[in-house]
Amino acid sequence: MTSVAAGVTRNLSISQADGGRSKSEQRLIPISIMGKAYQVPADATIMGAIEYAGHQIVRGAGCREGYCGACATLYRLPGDYKIHTGLACMTMVEEGMTLAQIPYVPAEKSIYDIEELKPNVSAIQQMYPSVFRCVACNTCTKSCPQGLQVMDYVQAAKRGDIAAVMDLSFDCVVCGLCMLRCPAEITQPLMGIMAKRLYGRYLRKDSPELAERVKAVESGAYDAEYAKLMPMSREALSKLYYARDSE
Amino acid sequence: MGNENKPMKLAYYPGCTLKNQATNFDVSTVSSMAKLDVEVEELDRWNCCGTVHALDSDNVMNRVAPITNMIRVKEAQARTEGMASEFMTSCAMCYNTLKRANIDVRQRADALATINDLLYLDETKYEGDVEVLHLLEYLRDRVGFDNLAKKVTKPLEGLRVACYYGCLLVRPKEVAFDDVENPMVMENLIAALGATPVDFSHKTECCGAYQTVDKPEIIADRTDKIMGSAHEEQADLVVVSCPLCAFNLDYRQDDAKRLNPDFRNMPVLYFTQLMALAFGCDESALRFDLQHIDPLPALKARGLD
Ligand code: SF4
Ligand code: SF4
Ligand code: SF4
Ligand code: SF4
Ligand code: FES
Repeated sequence: MTSVAAGVTRNLSISQADGGRSKSEQRLIPISIMGKAYQVPADATIMGAIEYAGHQIVRGAGCREGYCGACATLYRLPGDYKIHTGLACMTMVEEGMTLAQIPYVPAEKSIYDIEELKPNVSAIQQMYPSVFRCVACNTCTKSCPQGLQVMDYVQAAKRGDIAAVMDLSFDCVVCGLCMLRCPAEITQPLMGIMAKRLYGRYLRKDSPELAERVKAVESGAYDAEYAKLMPMSREALSKLYYARDSE
Repeated sequence: MGNENKPMKLAYYPGCTLKNQATNFDVSTVSSMAKLDVEVEELDRWNCCGTVHALDSDNVMNRVAPITNMIRVKEAQARTEGMASEFMTSCAMCYNTLKRANIDVRQRADALATINDLLYLDETKYEGDVEVLHLLEYLRDRVGFDNLAKKVTKPLEGLRVACYYGCLLVRPKEVAFDDVENPMVMENLIAALGATPVDFSHKTECCGAYQTVDKPEIIADRTDKIMGSAHEEQADLVVVSCPLCAFNLDYRQDDAKRLNPDFRNMPVLYFTQLMALAFGCDESALRFDLQHIDPLPALKARGLD
């Protein structure tokens, strides 16, 4: 995730600039939240800054970890004409930033029975015909806080390449920013979800291991292990979790 | 051909329709080029050529789609040894859109600057330095029909072929790579394959294009006239270079028949399918199953199945 990486680098440079100063002397910077000026900690995320400024976030926050897409934010920086986007929970504030959260983007979801669709261009034509209005301006790609090649997945949809749509849209968090900015008014993330469902239903590789594992679970192969885990403390569980063999 | 031993590398832009309704055009293009020792490499990233939007001349936004593709060609060229700053497409519609956009931005530096500015995510800038080639043009000028004829293993002897150009290969005249009134490039290709090209009155008449969506009766009439003129010259089949022409002339024959009870069916193929046939490619490169009017009886009648 590009926003995370950018956040980390900025963090570092701030702490270097802060040099010898003690932690309690928090450096404040001016930003503007929905048109009103505030001084907020320089090392805050946008979400942290909004809360620091005294706002309660009701709809525009969920996971606070960059996964749920509830905290879409638009911002501009001084001396820069571009509209930037970010997830408020993952993006650090910058001096002079002016921002607004866009926690929800209205869009019509198509209702379909996956069994009646085919994993090719016909499904796109039937359920998300607006995709064919794409003028290839690439604005969606510029808007994506996840750094996805959004236009490329729209283009893949136009040619019915469902597997490519699945692949390219996989990290979409449905923040809605791309569909808000699209001049062709396409609903990219919703189409992407349909493509991922189509992929799952028709194109994915079979995994016989899954059925085997389910069988083992049902036959009680892991019951003893679960019985050991259930009474453990949070600390012990966490220790065990981080010490596990990860793939 | 430039170098007899080393296969030529050529960037290939298929266009959306060749990945959907016209996969027969796609597979026959790629297979026949392989027989000609041209290594065709589909661009790994590309977008719709921007047809329709791009027919409008004063809106810079409408040029963004085609110019993005030019940038993709430059990227592919930069990392591929032996690839020139050019690309080929076999779809007449894509060719027309991309070529016109290219001519336009070469003449309007300000528009090109605006587009490059809009495409700030791409490090590569477009400077008008990519050539758009139609496959027919490539075959005539780079491969040469004499060389091409040497690769024919199954000459299409006796087959009478009407070559239909429609509008997009020859209009407007800035994009035409052959005579606007009487183009011959497809006829010369067909002759190199051993078949007999027939001259017919409607070869550059419009098929009605997108009118097919809400006024199919117009297309029925155009198809009746165009195919009728091919029948007058005893053609066995018609070849085209545009998926929309193919749809109109092939699939709309049912509508033509309703309009004119005397209408006689005739198969419509992509010129690349005849090439693939003459080069001895197998059925997977021909995909005649995607044709509405089955071409096999006509080919069989000439001993070519
Ligand atoms: S693709 Fe669109 S909805 Fe999905 S994360 Fe990117 S901007 Fe948000
Ligand atoms: S913003 Fe809309 S029109 Fe522009 S490239 Fe993305 S999907 Fe296409
Ligand atoms: S003109 Fe048609 S075939 Fe060509 S790229 Fe555009 S949509 Fe695809
Ligand atoms: S589809 Fe019609 S308009 Fe387009 S080239 Fe063919 S004849 Fe011309
Ligand atoms: S709160 Fe879930 S992504 Fe930001």
